[in-house]
Amino acid sequence: MAISRRQYDAVVVGAGGAGLRAALQLAEAGLKVAVLSKVFPTRSHTVAAQGGIGAALGNMGEDSWLWHMYDTVKGSDYLGDQDAIEFLCREAPQAIIELEHFGMPFDRNDDGTIYQRPFGGHSSNFGEKPVQRSCCAADRSGHAMLHTLYQRNVRANTQFYVEWMALDLVRDAHGNVLGVTAMEMETGEISILQARATLFATGGAGRIYASTTNAFINTGDGLGIAARAGLPLEDMEFWQFHPTGVAGAGVLITEGVRGEGGYLLNKDGERFMERYAPNMKDLASRDVVARAMATEIKEGRGAGKEADHVLLKLDHLGLETIEKRLPGIREIARKFANVDPVRDPIPVVPTVHYQMGGIPTNYYGEVVVPGADGPNTIVSGFYAAGEVACASVHGANRLGTNSLTDLVVFGKATGNRVIEFLKKNPGQRALPADAGDDTLARINRLDTRKGGEDPAQVARDMRRTMQFHCGVFRFPDTLTEGVAKIREVYERAQNLEIKDKSRVFNTARIEALELLNLIEVARATMVSAEARKESRGAHDRADFHERNDVEWLKHSLWYREGDRLDYKGVTLKPLTAESFEPKARVY
Amino acid sequence: MKIRIQRYDPDHDAKPYMKEYDVQLEPSDRMLLDALVRVKEMDDSFSFRRSCREGVCGSDAMNINGKNGLACVTKVADLKEPVELRPLPGLPVIRDLYVDMSQFFKQYHSIKPYLINNDPAPQLERLQSPEDRAELDGLYECILCACCSTSCPSFWWNPDKFVGPAGLLQAYRFIADTRDQATEARLDDLEDPYRLFRCHTIMNCVDVCPKSLNPTKAIGKIKDLMLKRVV
Repeated sequence: MAISRRQYDAVVVGAGGAGLRAALQLAEAGLKVAVLSKVFPTRSHTVAAQGGIGAALGNMGEDSWLWHMYDTVKGSDYLGDQDAIEFLCREAPQAIIELEHFGMPFDRNDDGTIYQRPFGGHSSNFGEKPVQRSCCAADRSGHAMLHTLYQRNVRANTQFYVEWMALDLVRDAHGNVLGVTAMEMETGEISILQARATLFATGGAGRIYASTTNAFINTGDGLGIAARAGLPLEDMEFWQFHPTGVAGAGVLITEGVRGEGGYLLNKDGERFMERYAPNMKDLASRDVVARAMATEIKEGRGAGKEADHVLLKLDHLGLETIEKRLPGIREIARKFANVDPVRDPIPVVPTVHYQMGGIPTNYYGEVVVPGADGPNTIVSGFYAAGEVACASVHGANRLGTNSLTDLVVFGKATGNRVIEFLKKNPGQRALPADAGDDTLARINRLDTRKGGEDPAQVARDMRRTMQFHCGVFRFPDTLTEGVAKIREVYERAQNLEIKDKSRVFNTARIEALELLNLIEVARATMVSAEARKESRGAHDRADFHERNDVEWLKHSLWYREGDRLDYKGVTLKPLTAESFEPKARVY
Repeated sequence: MKIRIQRYDPDHDAKPYMKEYDVQLEPSDRMLLDALVRVKEMDDSFSFRRSCREGVCGSDAMNINGKNGLACVTKVADLKEPVELRPLPGLPVIRDLYVDMSQFFKQYHSIKPYLINNDPAPQLERLQSPEDRAELDGLYECILCACCSTSCPSFWWNPDKFVGPAGLLQAYRFIADTRDQATEARLDDLEDPYRLFRCHTIMNCVDVCPKSLNPTKAIGKIKDLMLKRVV
């Protein structure tokens, strides 16, 4: 197969919130940029975010970025890097103001300012009481934000490559990143997109699990690509189970429901969160609420015939509030749970939602790995932002609303860092002679293999394994078994056979390539989880039930080569604020 | 469940044809999209767009038993069998249910779908009253799935000249925004025998919109504003 070559100043892979925000900086700077996306930009999964964007605007009462920072550090169970967290919380208000200026249709207060709602884990005065910090557009905040960012990019004439899938990084012998190989899905053609800077904003990989709020496209492509290129993945054991996925369907119900005054009930009609988090109750951090729900179900207090879910009650908010603040939730509940929340509670279960780990970066979005300059040696020409990146602002557990904040703050900062880099590095580096060969060989194997494994079956086995062996509660024997099983599934995934050999929109081939990315993420997750002998944030082990800061206040780094782990320290020193020392986490 | 799907691979088929599948559904398979995923497991050559599976990304718009809709929010229990699936009408078919949406997005882009405000940006947010913000409800929620425009006979005849319901809904979304300063220019742009006035209020768009939006009403409001300008 022939391989065509194209040259750009920068290539952005992914057109969700982070990719579009970065692309906007680059396009407005007049650079030649290609933005690749597997789907039309407004179909990226940012569109599904509901509850809002966290920023200490203080529109509803006193607030400060320092309180937001404290909440985020505490929410991360002290695994977040405090330099990056300070940057996130300080920049957040400006990022929101910019979105408003771009035209985002935020809800409003009577005085015309942006309306903010309470959200889990967000407090005033260092944990004293809930604060209203989530800037929202009803319960369609992600949709409003993504469309606004796309619209702004239309204005800036950003060049999009819609329905293009990135396949591999191109690196030279010195490890510099020189672009990507990619497939145009409509024609099946492979190209090398050579670029002086490559920015990954490919989102998460929630599809490694059987039950997830994530879209079909969330297949961890950036993570698989980085792992194949020899780069480590950081903190992959930390997966957020969102407390309120619709039971059976997995579709997300925003925490904004509880922010607006909804609460959880067990089968006895008890508001059980009062027992687990006396102060913040239903607005404790997501890991805390998800564990409480799972405990209720495990101990036989689940609702329904199978006692396998709990109930989210919001009818007391009244039709008017529900229609004004939570119209999308009503629509989802009616369609996916067959209940009208104006009258009846919604059956919900903790559901995989967000990947805290990712490609290791600093708070400029530069990819950093152990190397010549220490544990955070910059990989020249390579950047990552959004869910695919691990800066790490979310540590072991992300606070609700901080994902959208992450996208716009780090999307912009990374875009700016790329611009600086391009100024200092004007020329294209030479492509190695064998650039693209690995990609072509991989596709060729897939297209010609006979008697191999069925991708749908392998994917199903991967998802079941992850769901059973690496869930809300983790046990030593199931983790050990899980590692063996996922390694077995991994081997099978190296032997996939597709029946469809066609050229045009061959989605069998695309799904097989996605599975090859997912399986790297699944393996990284299971191996990192088995190795971490403590409980922290979303990682809860029955045999090591406490957080262990002496031995485990460190980031995991998983390498594909040798399927091995390394570790690096947590940055406890913020940029200007005083450090928040680890202490017991109570809500 | 019996599903008949329009199939077409440009490299192998002279023209599209219908293929019937008999899929075994699990109790958890409640939406048409769940059934299509089963079809794909039986026959990996069947191609279609899908992503969020909750009706917010707009990928899996198709013609279902003669009416446009999203597979992910269409309950199988509500469908008459055999279910007939075809690509969105009026757009070039690339493969199976994949249509070329260029013309649709070209029309969307043509209305300058972004806020235009040339005042220097203030330090804080631009203020907007809750009432003024409420004017955007029913407009900004569009997911660009194209169910509406591809059910509109006027768009079928003149996809290159008529903006279509989706684009016009968005045109009005910016006209209605108190922060936008380009109302006059936006109205000038639409003052054209085709761009706006090809709408003959057939209202197919309203009938099919999976988000229950009302492009016809928005188009009516644009026409009202044009009349007021003349008077």
